[in-house]
Amino acid sequence: MAEFDPHRPSTIDRVAPIAAIAILAAVPPVAGLLGDPFLIKVATRVVVFAIAAIGLNLVVGYAGLVSLLHAGLFGVGGYVVGVAAWHEFNGEALGLGPVAWAGTADLAITLPLAGLLAGIVALVTGVVSLRTSGPYFLMITLAFDQMLYYGAVALQKYGGEDGLQILSTITFAGRDVSARTPFFYLALTILAATVFLLGRVVGSRFGVVLRAAAENERRVTVTGIPPYAYRLTAFVVSGVVCGLAGALLASGQQFVSPADMSWVRSGDLVVMAVLGGLSTLWGPIVGAAAFVVLELVLSSWTQYWQLAFGAIIVVVVLTLRGGLADLVKLATQGRDAR
Amino acid sequence: MRNRRPIVFAAALTAGALLAGSAALAADPIRIGFLSTFSGPGGQLGQELLDGFELGLAATGGTLGGRAVEVIKGDDQAKPDVGRQVADKMVERDKVQILTGVNFSNVLLAVAKPALDAGAFVVSVNAGPSQYAGAQCNPHFFAASFQNDTSSEAMGLEATKRGIKKMYLMAPNYPAGKDFLAGFKRTYKGAVVGEVYTAFGQLDYAAEIAQLRATAPDGVFFFYPGGMGINFVKQYDQAGLKKTIPLFGPSFSLDQTVLPAMGEAAVGAFAATHWAEDADDAPSKKFRADFEAKYGRLPSPNAAQAYDTVMALDAALKSIGGKIEDAAAFQKALETVKFDSLRGHFRFNRNHYPIQDFWLAEIAADAKGRPILSKRSLIAADHADAYVDKCAMK
Amino acid sequence: MTFALFAEQLLNGIQFGVTLFLMASGLTLVFGIMNFINLAHGSLYMAGAFLAAAVQAATGSFLLGVLVAIPATAALGAALEFGLFRRFYARNHLDQVLVTFGVVLMANEATRLIFGPVPLRMPLPEALAGSIEIVPGLVYPTFRLVVLAVGLAVAGLLWLVVMKTRLGMWVRAGSSNRAIASAMGVDVGLVFAGLFAFGAGLAGLAGLMAGPILAVQVGMGEPILILALVVTVIGGIGSIRGAFAAALLVGLVDTFGRVMLPPALGSMAIFLLMALILAFKPKGLFPVHG
Repeated sequence: MAEFDPHRPSTIDRVAPIAAIAILAAVPPVAGLLGDPFLIKVATRVVVFAIAAIGLNLVVGYAGLVSLLHAGLFGVGGYVVGVAAWHEFNGEALGLGPVAWAGTADLAITLPLAGLLAGIVALVTGVVSLRTSGPYFLMITLAFDQMLYYGAVALQKYGGEDGLQILSTITFAGRDVSARTPFFYLALTILAATVFLLGRVVGSRFGVVLRAAAENERRVTVTGIPPYAYRLTAFVVSGVVCGLAGALLASGQQFVSPADMSWVRSGDLVVMAVLGGLSTLWGPIVGAAAFVVLELVLSSWTQYWQLAFGAIIVVVVLTLRGGLADLVKLATQGRDAR
Repeated sequence: MRNRRPIVFAAALTAGALLAGSAALAADPIRIGFLSTFSGPGGQLGQELLDGFELGLAATGGTLGGRAVEVIKGDDQAKPDVGRQVADKMVERDKVQILTGVNFSNVLLAVAKPALDAGAFVVSVNAGPSQYAGAQCNPHFFAASFQNDTSSEAMGLEATKRGIKKMYLMAPNYPAGKDFLAGFKRTYKGAVVGEVYTAFGQLDYAAEIAQLRATAPDGVFFFYPGGMGINFVKQYDQAGLKKTIPLFGPSFSLDQTVLPAMGEAAVGAFAATHWAEDADDAPSKKFRADFEAKYGRLPSPNAAQAYDTVMALDAALKSIGGKIEDAAAFQKALETVKFDSLRGHFRFNRNHYPIQDFWLAEIAADAKGRPILSKRSLIAADHADAYVDKCAMK
Repeated sequence: MTFALFAEQLLNGIQFGVTLFLMASGLTLVFGIMNFINLAHGSLYMAGAFLAAAVQAATGSFLLGVLVAIPATAALGAALEFGLFRRFYARNHLDQVLVTFGVVLMANEATRLIFGPVPLRMPLPEALAGSIEIVPGLVYPTFRLVVLAVGLAVAGLLWLVVMKTRLGMWVRAGSSNRAIASAMGVDVGLVFAGLFAFGAGLAGLAGLMAGPILAVQVGMGEPILILALVVTVIGGIGSIRGAFAAALLVGLVDTFGRVMLPPALGSMAIFLLMALILAFKPKGLFPVHG
């Protein structure tokens, strides 16, 4: 197993994520030149969903488990930011047992908290869910997502189904990051860190075991490695990443609502990951970009745009087994790609 | 972005205006962003509002206050974050001056603040959340529709007047559902013998209807918008309860977006409404005839609100020579606007929410046998919402 | 809760369960035998309801609507199977979920394009519209009794076919061991298309029977699809018997959960049930595949 690794990253797999981040980093100056600041907003959305899709891909692409829980974890992250900011804004301390917390709108505190809480939820649900596999896993994660969703709806104090507006100014370590450009670079930095750290993870022995277990569980088990522990770790890590992404979405749009947690949103995240390509770390970045841009462009053409969107999904699944990442590979490798 | 950019925009806009001169400015079309739900199961509502809005624009010759109008449509998919993204696009790229169209409160709450911060006017054709009627009221925010609680308050008055002693309340378990039942309880003086909240989007109500029957109330007040309402009313009728325990609701549970599908099952139910299909004033008759001719169906009060919104904007802009760029003047013009409203008496309150009449309507068949909201009697004249006291509008 | 009320709620739960079974049986057959997750099963349900309502509106006959909608939905299912889905039997579940999800989006928008945005009307014929007093104090809607009877009849028929016929033997073999099934020398392609069409017909039947009770509107297939998937998984994928037991269980838990639990818990009762069952029986109540 150590001798031969079919997933050894090729040159393109090393270059593509750096290129993707570089292209994204160039958006604010380009938007400034074009006089179209809205581009930065779009790019922020791409970055946020890319982080979530990359996190999800650890479970879907590498561990081979399709989860519909991740919108829920995404929403947990969002609610951490929203609730902390609500308490800060309303000057009402949040009682946590014996401790009272004044709340904060500082992402340097709420981001790690969002990741932590999403990770804990992922751990608790993962322990149960990972006893199942295949379609059963899909459905049990759906069940947990529904529970989180209805849980958020039941938060009457924080707006229930209407959602929660974030009225405080969002800061990071005391610095105002509510303006679009600093916020974009904050999100991009987190994306870059995610790509780098997860790149180390999937390239390590851990990643190899994870993928091997997805391809042939029995072969891994006989070598004395318990796939369950590996999968649980992957599940928790991906939960943390999704929680961070959710926290960023909530901060960026100053709003969080249960709609962010619906299973349909989980489906959107899966579509982004698959659209981009599951076999690479950077595929989901392409997928998130394609998803966000398609949604924006198609829906401005016709109100029946989901007809075209559905058709595009069908065609991509039918023809591109490796998602849009395949297209990028074909385009860059030219004749060498068989 | 929230603090600095709008100033930059405003400065650029002012500079541009100075350079171009007012003549060229008047030739520029007024840009309106119509953000609503057009795809998926909620898509019907957005279409209904847009149809009313476009019919209004057709009636004004495609102009507002004498200036051409460009309507930019956007689909929020009933998701607040998607709505926010499209609203950002409308405000920043399309430079819309008015954002309108939103049908769901949660979407409106997600998009209103950033749009207002960026200097646009938000004029709601439908959603009327209490936040913007009370503490969060804003000089550039107007709801030309209603405040969520008001039609329920009207129905509470009517039920009290009718001497209904025991009322059973039902609504979906989400904020608007709670608002509607709270509005009813605010004005109803009889006894509430049951208050049931069901899951949002619930399909089958047989279990709840069985519990209700066992309680034997004198009437049922319900708020179920869209498909939930169709399910509930059909199942209520099939359970044979319609004749013994009458149904009462706000018009949103019993309008033309759902009545064709309910059919006979809805006939005999009562609704409190600010507009009805058989309203016999001249503007309403024309609106109804034009709507039916253009779209081949009857309009709902929602379409009437959207149409009215156009009339209000047109009248306000006419009074200031179409100069929407003068925000203070436009705000003042809207606050004091006078127009031939389909709803008869209509004016904006201090919090920019309507003061309007509410009528009792009974669901009855029209000349062609189609169920409609049929006007019966006036419940409350010049009804204002309950949140206006919390609003500290400058 | 009086006895009459309890009995009525029991009937409600069973009737709801039986409707879910009609959806879940087709889903679990296709799932178990072709190993294919079909999210578009809800779209077939929607197609059944819209076709029946449209035919009824055009001809004024409820019965004609029923007679047209079932074969038409089955044909639609066969067309989808032949044109698209059969290419995905050998692919992984994720690809199947995605391609059928794409079809769901297309089906919803196409339906809105064809039938317009306003929900359709589907009135019942006079004879089925009212309610019957079964025993003194227990009044029940006639049409719901019809749904109950049809559902039980279909369940009985399926049981007979699966347990007593050659086709059923093949189906049982196919759902527990695919290799043996294809070794039995059956025209696999034809049987798969037939099975898919059969499942589609059942979904159409479920849809048109929901028509008079529920709103006939775009997107009506998704909520019921989720519940049917829950039933399929709780029962054990591929097991008709499991689907029947799980459908009744879900119908009863949902009905009694709604009236006896606080609203927030009531809405997640069946999801709690599913999570609990899968935590202890990871392959459902009646596991088929070893």
